[in-house]
Amino acid sequence: MEACNCVEPQWPPDDLLMRYQYISDFFIALAYFSIPLELIYFVKKSSIFPYRWVLVQFGAFIVLCGATHLISLWTFSSHSRTVAVVLTTAKVLTAVVSCATALMLVHIIPDLLSVKTRELFLKKKAAELDREMGLIRTQEETGRHVRMLTHEIRSTLDRHTILNTTLIELGKTLSLEECTLWMPTADGQELELKNALRADPLHVTVSIHHPTIKQVFSSPRAVIISPNSPVCVTRIRLGKYMTGDVVAVRVPLLDQFTNFHFSDWPDRKTRPYALMVLMLPADSARRWHVHELELVEVVADQVAVALSHASILEESTRARDLLMEQNVALEHARQEAETAIRARNDFLAVMNHEMRTPMHAIIALSSLLQETELSPEQRSMVETVLKSSNLLATLINDVLDLSRLEDGSLELDIRQFNLPDVFKEVLNLVKPIASVKRLQVNLTMGPDVPDTAVGDDKRLLQTALNVVGNAVKFTKEGIVNVFVGLERPEYPRDPRQPDFRPTPGDQHFYVRVQVRDTGLGLNPQDIPMLFNKFVQADSTTTRNYGGTGLGLAICKRFVNLMDGHIWIESEGVGKGSIVTFVVKLNVPEPPSHHSIQIAPSSQSSGSGCRDFSGVRVLVTDDNGVNRMVTRGLLIRLGCEVTLASSGRECLQMLSQRSQAFTVLLLDVCMPDMDGYEVAIQINQRLGRRERPLLVALTANTDRQTHEKCLRLGMDGVITKPISLEKMRMVLTELLERGSISEVTQRL
Amino acid sequence: MVSGRGVDEGVFFLFWQGILDDQFTQLQMLQDESTPDFLEEVVTLFFDDSVKLLENLSESLKADPLDYKVVDGHVHQFKGSSSSIGAQRVMQVCITFRHCCDNKDKQGCLDHLAKAKEEFNIVRSKLGKMLKLEKKIVDLGGVLPFMDC
Repeated sequence: MEACNCVEPQWPPDDLLMRYQYISDFFIALAYFSIPLELIYFVKKSSIFPYRWVLVQFGAFIVLCGATHLISLWTFSSHSRTVAVVLTTAKVLTAVVSCATALMLVHIIPDLLSVKTRELFLKKKAAELDREMGLIRTQEETGRHVRMLTHEIRSTLDRHTILNTTLIELGKTLSLEECTLWMPTADGQELELKNALRADPLHVTVSIHHPTIKQVFSSPRAVIISPNSPVCVTRIRLGKYMTGDVVAVRVPLLDQFTNFHFSDWPDRKTRPYALMVLMLPADSARRWHVHELELVEVVADQVAVALSHASILEESTRARDLLMEQNVALEHARQEAETAIRARNDFLAVMNHEMRTPMHAIIALSSLLQETELSPEQRSMVETVLKSSNLLATLINDVLDLSRLEDGSLELDIRQFNLPDVFKEVLNLVKPIASVKRLQVNLTMGPDVPDTAVGDDKRLLQTALNVVGNAVKFTKEGIVNVFVGLERPEYPRDPRQPDFRPTPGDQHFYVRVQVRDTGLGLNPQDIPMLFNKFVQADSTTTRNYGGTGLGLAICKRFVNLMDGHIWIESEGVGKGSIVTFVVKLNVPEPPSHHSIQIAPSSQSSGSGCRDFSGVRVLVTDDNGVNRMVTRGLLIRLGCEVTLASSGRECLQMLSQRSQAFTVLLLDVCMPDMDGYEVAIQINQRLGRRERPLLVALTANTDRQTHEKCLRLGMDGVITKPISLEKMRMVLTELLERGSISEVTQRL
Repeated sequence: MVSGRGVDEGVFFLFWQGILDDQFTQLQMLQDESTPDFLEEVVTLFFDDSVKLLENLSESLKADPLDYKVVDGHVHQFKGSSSSIGAQRVMQVCITFRHCCDNKDKQGCLDHLAKAKEEFNIVRSKLGKMLKLEKKIVDLGGVLPFMDC
């Protein structure tokens, strides 16, 4: 061997095998060099490749492998040591790198594999999401349908439109074969097919007690029912009786068959429901999805609401129509009434004048006739004519007044007047009749009754006169007391109308007038009717007492016009009665002081300017109180009074006294020696000229007593109790005329 | 000083209730400066008298045999004085009392006696109180609201 430091290959270079190896190596090297290039190229292209380090490693490995193979090309012929060394180095490096790569790959390859798995997983997920998206879209679609449906339903208030629209839209949305609505019948025992999408409602009914229906009604959800149940009615198609899945849902109804009773929600069983049935087409394999069921439930609720609105609207429209009708009728009636009133007023106005004129003529001429020379027969006839015509005139006036009062056309004549005078006038008007009946009529005015007031004094007089007149009319014996005072809150109210509580104000006040009598009295049951027209307490009253029964009715209306109240109380028949009325009067403007002061003095001045000083009176009465009272009266009048407590004492005094008495007042009812005895004795002893004037005091008002007194030589009779005025008048007459006239005696 | 017919407020209420009537007004009128105690005297006399009368009445109704004339006489007296005072209700009772005497109705008489006592007590207490009050007012220098009417 040569020491050329060469390495000899194992085989001669010209060998075929060697040549093939040489070419293969060459190509391998080529491949090995191009692979990394490719890798780099493509990796550079793709943006994401997490394993650059691995790539580098791998590239290095490949490059080195290629280098090895490339270098081994030189080893086919004899080559120098350097080549061998290089080759060896390359191989060594390659070995290192490839081992490293191998080790690395152990790590990497599972990762790479898992990428694939992840990819698969993600794909699956994407597919799922796609599916779900599809579902959501469907739901949204459904929701849109519902909204549209609701909008359609709610845009109309007509029941049929609502139902039909519902069915149509539902049919469209859910692609139904058939959709039907069943409503409860009037008796609530059956469901009747009312609306259907395709079928004709052919008066099919189903009992409400069918188990399927019960099941549906008992749940608020849509229920899948069997296609065989009786509610699954479809348009009959030849050869096809089966339908697909059927769903039914209940639709709550308002209580349409009775009036709305929101307060008593009955238990679920009795609330009426309608039934909605939806059928899928038989030839599709569709089944009911949950979301579709939900849609159906929502629609059912909306339908219920819409139906209830429609019901309410129907009701209110009906009510409004009814009201309008009634309004028209009322308006009509009002116009008729007005026409009638106008006609009546015209009639009354005319008749009033026509009736009054002849009336006045009759009354006037009868009065004149009375003044002429007449025989007693004629006179009594004329008196009757006058009385009757007066009555008739009153009646005419009353009726006219009442009709004017009724329709409110009467107005009060307001003016300023003297209030106490009104009642004094009433008393004066009543006194003649009262004295004929020997009734006592007293007027008591309260301390705070104002002197002047503003109001309608004529009507007030009329009212008071009517009331007092009634009292006098219906009292056979006893007393009629009239009290007038300012109304106080503590005064007793009307037991039948305790709400009437008059309150005074700055510009007005209330006056209370009460008339008490000891007369016939009233049955408390009759009292409410008394203020009605033409009613008297009982029919005998009219016969016995006359009158038209209008008086109290008119009084009541006058009192009402004066913002007041009038009422009657009576404890019973025979126990007298109390009539009270309260009226409102206005406060007069600050008056000039003249008018007030004139009025009261009339009482005290009056007819009694007569001075009784020096008149000596002997009062004989066994009752101490009476003696004192009479004495007080006489002293007030200015007389000189001596008292005797028995007949004997009186006679004694008469004979003893040097100066005679002017007047002797004798109580007739004394024990031992009564007034009559005394009178007889006196008349026996003294002559007419010498004796004092004899006046009997008695509580009796009947004729016999009177006549007896006069027969026995008395100069007059006074009935007890004696008032100051009475005493005054009696004394005046006595001293002027020497006797007392009939009229004075009857006071 | 205003004189003349008038009624003072306190007593007026008694009128409304029917306890007193117009006659009392008369009596009030008789009282003036010269006879300031007239009313009091009369009323006191009435009360005393009536008490005695009622006692007599009770006695006479207890007697056996019953003498209706005596009873009637007493009632007549009572009627007289109460009417002079103006005690209306008392007087009314007396009137019907007399009817019982006329009918010789013993039970009726006893009932009426009770009623008379009752009514009299009412008058006595109310009127007595009223007058005492008024006297007090006057004594303290006040003026009772009398008014012309």
